[in-house]
Amino acid sequence: MSDQQAKPAKKPKVPRQKMPEQDPIQRAHNFYEVALGYENDLALLEASRCLNCKKPSCMKGCPVEVDIPDFVSLVKAGDMIGAAWKIKEKNSLPRIAGRVCPQETQCEARCVVGAKGKNEPCAIGRLERYVADYAAIHGDGKLPEMPKATGLKVGIVGSGPAGLTLAGALIKKGVAVTVFEALHELGGVLVYGIPEFRLPKAIVRAEVDELRRMGVEFKTNWVIGRIETVDDLLEKRKYDGVFIGSGAGAPLFLKIPGENLNGVYSANEFLTRANLMKAYMFPQADTPVAKGRRVVVFGGGNVAMDSARTSLRLGAEEVTIVYRRTMEELPARSEEVHHAIEEGVKFELLSSPLEIIGNEQGWAVGIKLQKMQLGEPDASGRRRPVPIPGAFYEKECDTVIVSIGNAANPLVPSTTKNLETNKWGNIVADPETGKTPKDRVWAGGDIVTGAATVILAMGAGRKAALSMIDTFKI
Amino acid sequence: MFEILEKERIGPGVNRAVISAPAIAEAHRPGQFIILRTTDNGERIPLTVADKNVEKGTITLVWQEVGSTTYYMGTMCVGEKFQDICGPLGAPTHIEKFGTVVGVGGGIGVAPLYPITKGMHDAGNNVISILGARTEGLLIMTEEMRKVSDELIISTDDGSYGFHGFVTQVLQGLIDRGQQIDLVVAIGPVPMMKAVVNVTRKANLPTVVSLNPIMVDGTGMCGACRVEVGGKTMFGCVDGPEFDGLQVDFDLLMKRLAMYKGQELIALNNFRDTPRGCQCTFPGGA
Repeated sequence: MSDQQAKPAKKPKVPRQKMPEQDPIQRAHNFYEVALGYENDLALLEASRCLNCKKPSCMKGCPVEVDIPDFVSLVKAGDMIGAAWKIKEKNSLPRIAGRVCPQETQCEARCVVGAKGKNEPCAIGRLERYVADYAAIHGDGKLPEMPKATGLKVGIVGSGPAGLTLAGALIKKGVAVTVFEALHELGGVLVYGIPEFRLPKAIVRAEVDELRRMGVEFKTNWVIGRIETVDDLLEKRKYDGVFIGSGAGAPLFLKIPGENLNGVYSANEFLTRANLMKAYMFPQADTPVAKGRRVVVFGGGNVAMDSARTSLRLGAEEVTIVYRRTMEELPARSEEVHHAIEEGVKFELLSSPLEIIGNEQGWAVGIKLQKMQLGEPDASGRRRPVPIPGAFYEKECDTVIVSIGNAANPLVPSTTKNLETNKWGNIVADPETGKTPKDRVWAGGDIVTGAATVILAMGAGRKAALSMIDTFKI
Repeated sequence: MFEILEKERIGPGVNRAVISAPAIAEAHRPGQFIILRTTDNGERIPLTVADKNVEKGTITLVWQEVGSTTYYMGTMCVGEKFQDICGPLGAPTHIEKFGTVVGVGGGIGVAPLYPITKGMHDAGNNVISILGARTEGLLIMTEEMRKVSDELIISTDDGSYGFHGFVTQVLQGLIDRGQQIDLVVAIGPVPMMKAVVNVTRKANLPTVVSLNPIMVDGTGMCGACRVEVGGKTMFGCVDGPEFDGLQVDFDLLMKRLAMYKGQELIALNNFRDTPRGCQCTFPGGA
């Protein structure tokens, strides 16, 4: 040892703490959660990195404006349950947000620790997840103090993240809330779309149960637009307000030849079968799904990653994501892309599907692709992919999952009088309040914005809540 | 909710149940369907509502045992409940006074045809119903249909009852006798609907068919029920279930209906391996 180390060592910088994960090779064959969450020491270490800024810019990155420095300070003090309550003041569903929020483009993107250059931002999302899980397991299960009933009642169409957030906010203000859900299970995209290995259904159920204990009424198997309309809720059932959060559930297809062959799925159908209907348990659960050996997924978003990773877990030998731009432009969260690569998902980039090839029995057996190259940037600033003339090729596959997005489901807009929709069929609502031009009707989430994220839908639910509270003068 | 109040076997492997579902009974219109699950691990299967009673708050379902779910339903008895029934779903039948409406029902297809026939009859149409089955024992709901039809013709493939032959031959006979026909509504197995459309196309008769593609959610969210009508892809659950028969690609429908044949067999064997006796059949049962 040299004696040059006489200077007192500077306090070592604590690096961003990694969250333990299941081993990629193991997890690619099971449906258990990939990320395992922090332990207490990791959480304390990570929290110590927060600078507790006087003007916290992280909060500005949060669609529901969680008091981030306050909750992180409580973590530092070891008060995990207090931290969870702090989050719940703004976000009724922290266990969900802590798992599926794209924090890297929101709160964490604005974190000053990260902004200072070499360091990575404070892992706000991982801390949120940790304290919310901690409170769910170790908390006393007490509900917040409920106010007196105001006599007001609000109907919420759809039990996805927007509807659940609104329900939580209104019930805490003494408003009677009924949530109408078309499916047999509550949670919307949280249960039919997002796979078990990213968001266990038990967590959604627990969050829903907490709302139920607070007094929210849920009606499943209740398709607004069929069994009754929004106008029925307002006129016949005398709801003081109705919020439409019916989601973006109408899958888009490419409109290429062969799309109706057997073995071709929308991502919605594939994920619904695998998640909501538990096809991975077939035949113990009755719903089947085609078990592809060679699966191709069209699209590059989070849903495409979910579909690819679900295919692997169902036993596919080869899963390929076909995307017409490059890795740089993939719209999916980098974490999801990283996970997919780790698990063995392949990427066929700069490639655009032209046709799905079928056999006599009507099954998909391959795809015809067009090779692309990046051209000039388009309106979105991303370089536009353009076909390379004559560069066609074919690829064998037995399952195709089309994951190119969703349009607005017309069921509610088309059965509601005087509701405005834009050219994409999305409901027109004030982005700040969720108020629609129709009296006593609010809307938010994907049905307004087009397919977006869970937290943006939660943000819309929160804005609608504030607007209703203001309108009803509660 | 969703308790079975009455249940009977109305043919070999064919069951009829009256189920408590007041809200669905009230909202239901002819042509609409429901999606049910038997148990928490059950699949979602669509079934057209065969009848309803708003006062009693009931709907009537008729089903043939073909797969694990329908066989399971065959073992359910009075007092048992379905896990879920969601409905009404789909667009209702367009009912107005067309003039003479011919309803063609094959096999189990007579059940969904019944409320439509009733609606057409109530709207003042002259209703001619043609009901067909392989053999007499498989004919269902003939008496109910007789009450809402101005003329009822029955055919069996084997000649055991009524006209010896296919419903298409009966329909052709009506056309040949110069019968004025303003609309044909055909519901039954896909090959039957396809055959009916082959007859009506030649005679240039508007023809409505009710399709039964595989569905999951039934609200337009998943697209499992894609059918091609006039070269366009439509969703059976929200754009249908009724479509212009002259434009439907029946061959595609048949192929898509066979998509899970292998798994259906596995599920059925799995069901048979874990039999579930109906308590009604045991001494001391309800």
